[in-house]
Amino acid sequence: MLQLSHLSAGYGRTTVVHDVDLQVPDDSVVAVLGHNGAGKTTLLRTVVGLLRPRTGAVLLDGEDVGRLRPSARVRRGLAYVPQGQQAFGQLTARENLQVVADGAGSGAATRTAEALDLFPALRGLLGRRAGLLSGGQRQQLAIARALITGPRLLILDEPTEGIQPSVVAEIEEAILTLTDAGGLSVLLVEQHVGFALAAAERYAVMESGRVVDSGTGGVEREGLVRAAMAL
Amino acid sequence: MDALYSQLFAGLSVGSVLLLAALGLALTFGQMGVINMAHGEFMMAGAYTAYVVQGAIADAGVSLLVSLPVGFLVGGLLGLLLEVTLISRMYTRPLDTLLVTWGVALVLQQLARDVFGAPNVDVRAPSWLSGAVDVLGLAVPKARLFIIGVAVVSVVALALVLKLTPLGRRIRATVTNRDLAETSGISTRATDRLTFFVGSGLAGVAGVVLTLLGSIGPTLGRNYIVDAFLVVVAGGIGQLRGAVIAAFALGLLQAGIEYTTTASIAKVLVFVVIVAFLQARPQGLVQVRTRSLA
Ligand SMILES: Nc1ncnc2c1ncn2[C@@H]1O[C@H](COP(=O)(O)OP(=O)(O)O)[C@@H](O)[C@H]1O
Ligand SMILES: [Mg+2]
Repeated sequence: MLQLSHLSAGYGRTTVVHDVDLQVPDDSVVAVLGHNGAGKTTLLRTVVGLLRPRTGAVLLDGEDVGRLRPSARVRRGLAYVPQGQQAFGQLTARENLQVVADGAGSGAATRTAEALDLFPALRGLLGRRAGLLSGGQRQQLAIARALITGPRLLILDEPTEGIQPSVVAEIEEAILTLTDAGGLSVLLVEQHVGFALAAAERYAVMESGRVVDSGTGGVEREGLVRAAMAL
Repeated sequence: MDALYSQLFAGLSVGSVLLLAALGLALTFGQMGVINMAHGEFMMAGAYTAYVVQGAIADAGVSLLVSLPVGFLVGGLLGLLLEVTLISRMYTRPLDTLLVTWGVALVLQQLARDVFGAPNVDVRAPSWLSGAVDVLGLAVPKARLFIIGVAVVSVVALALVLKLTPLGRRIRATVTNRDLAETSGISTRATDRLTFFVGSGLAGVAGVVLTLLGSIGPTLGRNYIVDAFLVVVAGGIGQLRGAVIAAFALGLLQAGIEYTTTASIAKVLVFVVIVAFLQARPQGLVQVRTRSLA
């Protein structure tokens, strides 16, 4: 599904991500772990097209998409939920979904309904301005919005960061529901090592912009992975 | 009392012209943050469109009604051309945009001079707009009423497009969070182009309407560009509602001051009032975050 080879990226003169190789096979979940400032978000921003690769390639189904604009990558099956519960704050929750559904072709209505089934609490909030929702509600809205384009690769940047604990469980459950359903690959950036390993088939640990450890997932490996992250 | 009433109407009338001139800018400058100095020349192009259409359609009434949509198209296409060729390359450099579009404005003025000649030309008003009607004892020129009507229709249409249509949603989403819009699958490039088309088209409509107020010439746009920017800035950048209030407030203010002094002193005084107002309230009447100020 997604293949990164020798990928480097950064801002201005500083290179933040160095020579990263990473694969997300079809229908699988890959977790990227690492401390704050390790370069995880920068890596994802390069994958979705908000940043140009300095070197290396971003391959989507074998096609180099490194020069495509983000919206064009979305049309090729990628969806992105950025860090920080982002929403179109001036628009209502309903409009946040509509604006994506408008351009998502046939089936968008069905997928909108499915996304709302995943987060039933949103149904009662559709008329409200997204900017007035709580962080957790906005994150649920953000995931729902990402699903409306019918992605084959879902990219999540710390989906439960800074969210009240009651909603964290809901969001984690929704992510597991999505990955269990099949037909969807997920690239998940997480600080919660336990959840990441439970959800993922493979993991990679980033440190100072490089992948310093990687392996197969599974909760039983938490100790090992934590040890790798402490290095 | 009568004098006050008549000044009130004059203010509404000036305000609706200001509003028409500023409405397109409320999109291209207010929403997109582009300082397009050629906006006035798009108005001028709209005015000459009415002139050309009248050459083809003898009936002044029919030609006016045909000119409104054609003027929108002409202004819109000029704007689209400008966006695609120049402005799209300078979104992060507002000063370059200002200088380049200023140059484009001069080129368009010269073009108008070459094509239509330097002297002003007249567009005949339809007979059903000549003369005045009696509104509560005041003789109000029909042409003025028509302009107010076009301004109201334009504002309502634009507000509905922004509120209810997919394009409107895309524009609002893109203005609120450009990166999020783009990574949600919204082509922000296409949205920019369409926004610019609509904003410039509205300038064209304004130009058509201005032909009812007097003869038109290549420098017609110059008279309106500064006022139009003032309306958008005073109204609060990015806010349609603010622009509407500001246009009519400025119109009334100008008409009020004009009543006691002269037109040019009124202009200066209005300018001073706006500058003072913006010192006290830099965000304008109504505030929202826009791309340019994000
Ligand atoms: N917009 C930016 N401009 C410059 N440097 C940035 C920017 N965003 C992040 N960085 C830097 O890049 C490094 C990695 O940041 P980031 O990718 O956000 O890490 P993570 O997501 O792993 O916490 C940090 O040192 C950070 O300061
Ligand atoms: Mg991050």
